[in-house]
Amino acid sequence: MTGKSIRKGIITAYVALYVAILYFPVLLLPVFSFNDSATPKLPLAGFTLKWFSSLSSNATMHNAAWNSLLVGISAALLSTILGICAARAITRHRFAGKGIASGLIMAPLILPEIIIAISLLVVLLGAGIELSLLTVILGHLLICVPYSVTVLVSGFEGFDPSMEEASRDLGETTWGTLRRVTLPMLAPSIISSLLVTFTISLDEFILAFFLSGTEPTLPVYIWGQLRFAAKLPNVLALGSVMIAASLIMLTVAEIVRRRAEARTAAKT
Amino acid sequence: MSGEVSRRLSAGAVMERTTGKWLRSDAGQGWLTISPPFVYALLLLAGPILVIIANSFWTQDYLTIDRTFTLKNYREALTEPIYRDLLFRSLFVSVAVSIVTVVLAYPVAWFVSFHGGKYKGIWLFIITVPFWSGYLLRILSWKVILGFNGVLNTGLQYLHIISEPLSSLLYNVNAVIITLAHSWAAFAILPLFVSLEKVDRTLLEAAADLGDGPVRRFMRITLPLTMPGIIAALMIVMIPTVGDYVTPKLVGGKDGVMIANAIQAQFGKAANWPLGAALAVSTMIIVGMLSGAMVLLLLGLKRLLR
Repeated sequence: MTGKSIRKGIITAYVALYVAILYFPVLLLPVFSFNDSATPKLPLAGFTLKWFSSLSSNATMHNAAWNSLLVGISAALLSTILGICAARAITRHRFAGKGIASGLIMAPLILPEIIIAISLLVVLLGAGIELSLLTVILGHLLICVPYSVTVLVSGFEGFDPSMEEASRDLGETTWGTLRRVTLPMLAPSIISSLLVTFTISLDEFILAFFLSGTEPTLPVYIWGQLRFAAKLPNVLALGSVMIAASLIMLTVAEIVRRRAEARTAAKT
Repeated sequence: MSGEVSRRLSAGAVMERTTGKWLRSDAGQGWLTISPPFVYALLLLAGPILVIIANSFWTQDYLTIDRTFTLKNYREALTEPIYRDLLFRSLFVSVAVSIVTVVLAYPVAWFVSFHGGKYKGIWLFIITVPFWSGYLLRILSWKVILGFNGVLNTGLQYLHIISEPLSSLLYNVNAVIITLAHSWAAFAILPLFVSLEKVDRTLLEAAADLGDGPVRRFMRITLPLTMPGIIAALMIVMIPTVGDYVTPKLVGGKDGVMIANAIQAQFGKAANWPLGAALAVSTMIIVGMLSGAMVLLLLGLKRLLR
């Protein structure tokens, strides 16, 4: 064996270990949610579905799930619309102050969520707005838009602006061009953005915790349940369902995005 | 009189025409297009942050807020031993987490960039997926792993490696660092990967032709050229983690409490918004200065390497 192949072997092993550790905690919850024991410990006690079946009759949890769904769908739709505006301006126009505008829009990516949460809380309460699912949606929009922009910028970069020009030259109105050229071309990125932002909203805890008032979303509900040790297996079962849902949505988003990318790559 | 009116009218028309012209120009169109998300962020992010900064100079007077300017909150936030300790610990944790994360992630990003071949996209997807799924759940999972009767302890006992459960795993700063480093691992890989992709491969070939070994090549070409990525990855992990609330709460115990827990208390039970605001603003300013110092340090290091 040469030095080079030994080095490559070591680094491959390291990467494999890294990915395994990355996934270990994520996959651990599902394992223990099927475990027939009230506390998560080794060795495993045997297979059961009882933690899942007790979820199906839990009305408070269903309410929280409904809230999460409502918040997630609203945040996904609205942040994707805002994301389209931002991504279009960033990719198609040159203007002074673009860096500042896009910097502010993208800032929630790097700001601690607690800062965003308390600032919004103080302003909303100061304005006399009562905390509700609406205020959670307002908060989630702030953190979803940057991800939506990231996905959509690559969507806009993937298609030729001359198609829009051609449509306008052939007599389409601005709205007609948007509806019949831009949006269809962007469709994969839009779907991808909707799925990704929905997942982010579904999993988001801090903003929901501060802004939800008396209407909990799923993570806020889980947080409340953590005080009761006896409820842990149910929480693990719920968590497994949420992880599975997130994984499915993210995978679909990625497949849609890649297929669109392959299609544009084949054309050029 | 009528001359005045017509002059005004024509001035208005000129203004209208120039704004109309500006709106049709590329810059006008750009601002028009970006305005919905920009105004949203202005109203719900920039505005509220300014309000928090204003709050930090006011005083809580039972249920009302006294709006006379004072630095009292900052004095309390920076000199009160409990807040100073929490602030120091939060900064220590965020610096430790960012360094651990970047050091561990760098080889992975390097591998994907240099040996990923046509599977680069799939590699990145596999690595980033855990980051997207369930922030709260991943922290909970670490609690389950590290607990006194948790998976690691019971597993090691089952294998007869230890006879008594280790009590030092959970509820301390180490548990917080491990959990946060795991949470942010994937996020650090992206900027590192992007900067590694930009490294001109012909430079490495040239260095190899001129007799440089792999270590020397890495130290003198890859590492300095990827310094922007390293800096971005450090910042992207350090700044958000300094304000993490859930991890210290779930796995930190009383020795792992961080500044966000104190900030939350001021906006919750303790109900002293101005003090909470001062704590938040101080934390952001200090972490900002720390980031700046780190950037300068790394840029100096980059110069030394060359």
